[in-house]
Amino acid sequence: MAVAHEIRGLGHSVRRKEDARFIRGKGNYVEDISLPGMLHLELLRSPVAHARIVSIDTSRAEALPGVVAVVTGELMAQHSLAWMPTLSGDTQAVLATDKVRFQGQEIAAVVAESAYIAKDALELIDVEYDLLPAVTSPQQALEPAAPLIRDDKEGQESNHIYDWEAGDKEATEKALAEADKIVELETFYPRCHPAPLECCGCVADVNPATGKATIYMTSQAPHAHRTLFALVAGLPEHQIRIVSPDIGGGFGNKVPIYPGYVVATAASLLIGRPVKWIEDRTGNLISTGFARDYHMKGELALKDGKMTGLRVNLLSDNGAFFADAQPTKFKAGLFHIVTGSYDIPAAHVVTKGAYTNKAPGGVAYRCSFRVTEASYLIERLVQTAAYELGVDPVELRMKNFVQPEQMPYESATGFLYDSGDYPAAMNLALEKLGYDELRSEQAAAREEGRLLGIGVAFFTEVVGAGHGKEYDIAGLRMFDSAELRVHPTGKAILKLGVRSQGQGHETTFGQIIAHELGIPYEDVEVQEGDTDNTPYGLGTYASRSTPVAGAAASMISRELREKARKIAGHLLEVSEDDLEWETGRFFVKGSPDRAVTIQDIAFAAYTNLPDGLQAGLEGVHYYDPPNMTFPYGAYAVVVEIDRGTGEWRVQRMVAVDDCGVRINPMIVEGQIMGGLTEGYGIAAMELITFDDDGNCIGSTFMDYLLPTAWETPVFELGETSVPSPHHPLGAKGVGESATVGSPAAYVNAVIDALAHAGVRNIDMPVTSDKVWHALAEVGLAE
Amino acid sequence: MAVQEAVVTTPLTVTVNGQERAEEVETRLLLVHFLRETLGLTGTHVGCDTTSCGACTVLVDGTPMKSCTMFAVQAEGRELTTVEGLEGAGGPPPIQEAFSAEHGLQCGFCTPGMMLTSIALLEQSPSPTDEEIRWAISGNVCRCTGYQNIVKAVHHAAAAMKEGS
Ligand code: FES
Ligand code: FES
Repeated sequence: MAVAHEIRGLGHSVRRKEDARFIRGKGNYVEDISLPGMLHLELLRSPVAHARIVSIDTSRAEALPGVVAVVTGELMAQHSLAWMPTLSGDTQAVLATDKVRFQGQEIAAVVAESAYIAKDALELIDVEYDLLPAVTSPQQALEPAAPLIRDDKEGQESNHIYDWEAGDKEATEKALAEADKIVELETFYPRCHPAPLECCGCVADVNPATGKATIYMTSQAPHAHRTLFALVAGLPEHQIRIVSPDIGGGFGNKVPIYPGYVVATAASLLIGRPVKWIEDRTGNLISTGFARDYHMKGELALKDGKMTGLRVNLLSDNGAFFADAQPTKFKAGLFHIVTGSYDIPAAHVVTKGAYTNKAPGGVAYRCSFRVTEASYLIERLVQTAAYELGVDPVELRMKNFVQPEQMPYESATGFLYDSGDYPAAMNLALEKLGYDELRSEQAAAREEGRLLGIGVAFFTEVVGAGHGKEYDIAGLRMFDSAELRVHPTGKAILKLGVRSQGQGHETTFGQIIAHELGIPYEDVEVQEGDTDNTPYGLGTYASRSTPVAGAAASMISRELREKARKIAGHLLEVSEDDLEWETGRFFVKGSPDRAVTIQDIAFAAYTNLPDGLQAGLEGVHYYDPPNMTFPYGAYAVVVEIDRGTGEWRVQRMVAVDDCGVRINPMIVEGQIMGGLTEGYGIAAMELITFDDDGNCIGSTFMDYLLPTAWETPVFELGETSVPSPHHPLGAKGVGESATVGSPAAYVNAVIDALAHAGVRNIDMPVTSDKVWHALAEVGLAE
Repeated sequence: MAVQEAVVTTPLTVTVNGQERAEEVETRLLLVHFLRETLGLTGTHVGCDTTSCGACTVLVDGTPMKSCTMFAVQAEGRELTTVEGLEGAGGPPPIQEAFSAEHGLQCGFCTPGMMLTSIALLEQSPSPTDEEIRWAISGNVCRCTGYQNIVKAVHHAAAAMKEGS
């Protein structure tokens, strides 16, 4: 059989297969799903941050024509569903029964014939509240007299959630005591929100005849969600099917299970009709997984310009329920990767979490479990140290980098960095930027009274969880899976346990199979998201699809290739040891013309097998990675500040990324540019904040500002490539690198413009009013 | 917000993607819901409640409008174009082709609105500068791409359209 298409495996910027439907408006997102007899659910949310619920009267709502049911916490409690477990081992109210604990908390749900009627009926539910004082910061939460938020929890006497630490306290104290310079930085990484363009939602369809629950939902982790549904709702797991259709962006927001999903499923079960719940934007911003909200203090010990120790204190604002999405044993995610890209022999990280009257969530917004906060802190701290020591910030970094020959490198807090050449990436970024000339330009500009800033950040990320021994989600080991079925005619279906939200898996994973088996990527259909139809996996977040599921796809291809070898030997009538593989075919060693293609072999696998070999060319592999992967990069930003208004404009943005081997470079660069933009949004404008009463400010896109094409910088990308030594393809994962690394680069650039006047910190988002105040304070405002 | 106790409807006639549609619609029905639910044209998306994101953009008599902030009845007698109306018999037109070729989309949620806004720009300005493009699409939010490839896609479409004309 002839090979119809070019194979195009690794390194080809082939166009994405998924585009064909998206450019025609034929994507299939949850909101597009409509089932016969489907009802619509809308949630009533609390207008206040902290109050006792005195009464809920639903009678007027129930009387509205078209309303089918009004669901309250009391009704949910009758089915033991008023509370659900969170991803951090806490509990969260599905519908409030006793108190509301944050503004936007779910109180009741209306199920009606249309979404318009359901929304009408929300207005007719009468809730009486007994207001309580709101706790709006973790500092306030931990004061002895603070109102107790979680009085539902037995034995919970304060708002304190956890204490957790990593590293070596004594060694770090010693380093600090012996230092010739200690540089401190206190900074707040504010609460922000992943805000994918598509909000969350589901269509729950519990079949009254069979009891089978099919739930179409915006889920980054459909298999894990199926198991959690089984555990929470007590439904038998084989009777639950989660389908995650096309997803309009996730960025961590679609990792947790939200009350809306649970109530819609319960409603469908009770009513016997499909129930659709589509969150509105305000619901999304005020109640679903937020990110960051870390108050951090770093102390860096230096001796002769070398970093010798790092002490970090963290106070985390977790909201009303501890619902961070992270492995069980790490209470502050992977925040303890605080030493970044530097060879710092001693480090100690002390973390504390507190309840406040704010939305729960703590998801990693395009980040691997809190790596972003850690990366931000060290990069801001190193920049501060350079100013305090009077050395160039790049020089200080160069002097302290983990060196290529130290790889694999064990960090002071226990991470084993797999590979990297940091100086090479840094040098490439400097070269692209023209760093030295820019420094002279900056000095000249300053003479003229203009404020230019050059900010650099160098990040090391830790992505691709597992290994399963250390990493889990709600107790489920973090492996991932790939099932490959090669059909008799040589076409294939690849089924994955992960779920793309725009990353282009249908293309990239096809290319992996193309690379491994020589089946053209067009001939490989990639399926994901349907738990009845794909092998178990933990889902897509923490840049883990390529590191884990990508490895699984490679491994299953290699297993099938070994079976193919046996079949090839049979077809060519030689011993399998006499065969050699080159992409797409086996040939007899020494006579390359005596060959069979993978397509020939596939056909034979169903038609002409050697004795004793099972039919078919299919298999599944579950991949538990031996270690995480550690992508890294050097980012550099040039800004100019307007002394009259405090506005800052990005003039240049250079980003050099090393994510190991790139499978589809076009898609990789797309991921990087998306991340650089979200990083810019976080640095410049994205903010969820609260007033003293706990009212959320940032509850619509008019307050929660997102970067548009107008402000977003132009990006100049560069690449180095040091493969991961333990990944079968050498790939490391990249989806989140740019959001992790770039905020510090933007902020460092603004600070760099003001550093000569003594400015050391402006907390994000770095808005023009904050910059103007900083200018005014040091006499630079015009 | 006042609760509507009785359903009030209005007859509506519009041309959608070249086809005349006559429906009796609830007077308060938003245009985006008319398109998505009444007509089943689900390529027009909803990303916010505040006219901020542009996911719902359609062309009303050639002008990009946010269909989440228009009542269906306000479109009476107008010509609407949605993403489903872009493709003729000859395969995807330049703008769709360009978005795919330049990787101007990832999750695809903003894409229909983004393409329609771009088409309206190219109508007015067949060879736009980067600045013009960025300004024109600044009412359409994309969370995935970082816009750079969208800008490239619009240039790509502009060039293709000139070649084709
Ligand atoms: S949905 Fe219309 S502007 Fe956002
Ligand atoms: S491609 Fe996802 S929002 Fe634009």
